[in-house]
Amino acid sequence: MDLQPLDFEKPIFELERRLQDLKEHSREHDVDLDSEVKAIEAKLRDTRREIYGNLSAWQRVQIARHVQRPFALDYVERCFTGWTELRGDRCFADDKAMPAGLATLDATRCVVITHQKGRNTKENVMRNFGCAHPEGYRKALRLMRLAQKFNLPVISLIDTPGAFPGIGSEERHISEAIAVNLREMMNLRVPIIAAVIGEGGSGGALGIGVADRVLILENSYYSVISPEACSAILWRDRKHAPEAAEALKLTAHDLLKLEVVDEIVDEPEGGAHRDYETAAFNLSSALRKNLAKLLETPTDQLLKKRYKKFRGLGNFAESKTNSGR
Amino acid sequence: MAIFKKPTLKTSQRKKRDIPQGLFQKCPGCEEVVSEIELNENLRVCPRCDYHFAVSAKERIGNLLDSQTFVEMDADLKSIDTLRFQGMASYKDRLKNYQERTGLTDAVISGHGMIEGYKVALAVMDFGFLAATMGSVVGERITRAIEYGTDERAAVIIVAASGGARMYEGMLSLMQMAKTSGALARHADARLPYLSVLTNPTTAGVMASFASLGDVIIAEPKSMIGFAGPRVIKETTHQDLPKGFQTAEFLEERGLIDMIVHRKKMRETISQLLGYLSSAP
Repeated sequence: MDLQPLDFEKPIFELERRLQDLKEHSREHDVDLDSEVKAIEAKLRDTRREIYGNLSAWQRVQIARHVQRPFALDYVERCFTGWTELRGDRCFADDKAMPAGLATLDATRCVVITHQKGRNTKENVMRNFGCAHPEGYRKALRLMRLAQKFNLPVISLIDTPGAFPGIGSEERHISEAIAVNLREMMNLRVPIIAAVIGEGGSGGALGIGVADRVLILENSYYSVISPEACSAILWRDRKHAPEAAEALKLTAHDLLKLEVVDEIVDEPEGGAHRDYETAAFNLSSALRKNLAKLLETPTDQLLKKRYKKFRGLGNFAESKTNSGR
Repeated sequence: MAIFKKPTLKTSQRKKRDIPQGLFQKCPGCEEVVSEIELNENLRVCPRCDYHFAVSAKERIGNLLDSQTFVEMDADLKSIDTLRFQGMASYKDRLKNYQERTGLTDAVISGHGMIEGYKVALAVMDFGFLAATMGSVVGERITRAIEYGTDERAAVIIVAASGGARMYEGMLSLMQMAKTSGALARHADARLPYLSVLTNPTTAGVMASFASLGDVIIAEPKSMIGFAGPRVIKETTHQDLPKGFQTAEFLEERGLIDMIVHRKKMRETISQLLGYLSSAP
């Protein structure tokens, strides 16, 4: 599969192509072009460092949405063994935008909940572009309860533009489905790790995102509103999405500063789509490390910590304490 | 020389009003003219068609609680512009603007008081303040009110109205959904009642957190209630929306809401529910 360059990556792709041409030329005609090759290689390194080292928020959003980015099931395949999908919310349907099931991480049996996007039109029709209906969140809750019953940790892989805004979604109460998950996850008596692997679209992401540890892949974003929608509201025009992306502080590094996420998982240079194996290795190492710590923590302490973590989020000024009590 | 002279066009002069502005308004429900005096005497419900006009949080508290029992909490909390948000107007300017316009410090008033002798922790949102969007202060006041309820073994009543999350606070705003819902988890574990009252409009992040979690969910008639905005749904799905979509009545029919209660009956209904769900006053 040829990599599809994003606009800002074009200089890199141009150099990569020239380098390849040069190497081929040198091989075919048996001429020594070593010095030229080295010069381009050096330039390529610099250009890469220059571009990938200074990614803007908007550029990262584009990487997070890259159609070739590894999706949840790509990670499930690489980080876990024995994936056994469990389907349906036992109420209405099976939401294919949120595959979930049992899998093993090293020797630890887990419940894995995901958002899954499609890579082409056919897949996207099935996966609804990773936008889940209430059924997805209710299936997630069913499996989280199953996890609690059998004392299995929960790992959720978040990658959604948002919960689906549609008639059926509203008729079957998407708000309630998300709200109930927020409440139930806070008290679920097993460790929960959430990892934002691509797009963390607002309530749809948070609906499986209340966790003891929230990880985020380096080029993922997690935002209260999409940059486009924010731009449409605040600038009355979707064209200002890059500024909105900057203003929303939605990148992994910004979120770590705000303490909304606990840890950043490194991606290979240029983004996870350039090297699935390295991305998956980094993610599974982070999951393993965090899970080991959480599994050592007594449940009551785990729940206290989880509450405290979310309880502490929010910035405001306060002049006196305990007013009105 | 022109034979016909161009007629000078005059715009018909508007009749001058004899009455000061704001004393009367057209009811959006029945399109009749109603006077402010009539409205205020009727809890701001149209006397002809029962359309529920917007009410400030202060008025709602007055309507719900036993008189003189309300004690406001956390009025000193103030929003800060963590993200230094600059759109067409800065967040700071907007806050200042709304504070001056509404006399409120933020979009919710919280505290405790009594309803027919039952002690309650109460939070009432005010749509007049930045569309009652949920930022850190709104989330914190609501969370503290819930925690007060848990600590004092009191029922929690939240009167919701909201346009959703407050995007000027970015992800800190989204996290208020988890924070408030988490506080409700503990309140529920303590087996205490939580009544959620939905008013026009309650949407998005607020609806997808505490507003949907009531042991009993009550709505005012004809309130617009939902997750996504109707325009977004139309643009995404290219479908016509069913009649009455996202109204309280629509959601009652589809099983989300326990009851639709007229504003005049709200206090009575709540005290009746507290009678069933609270321990004796």
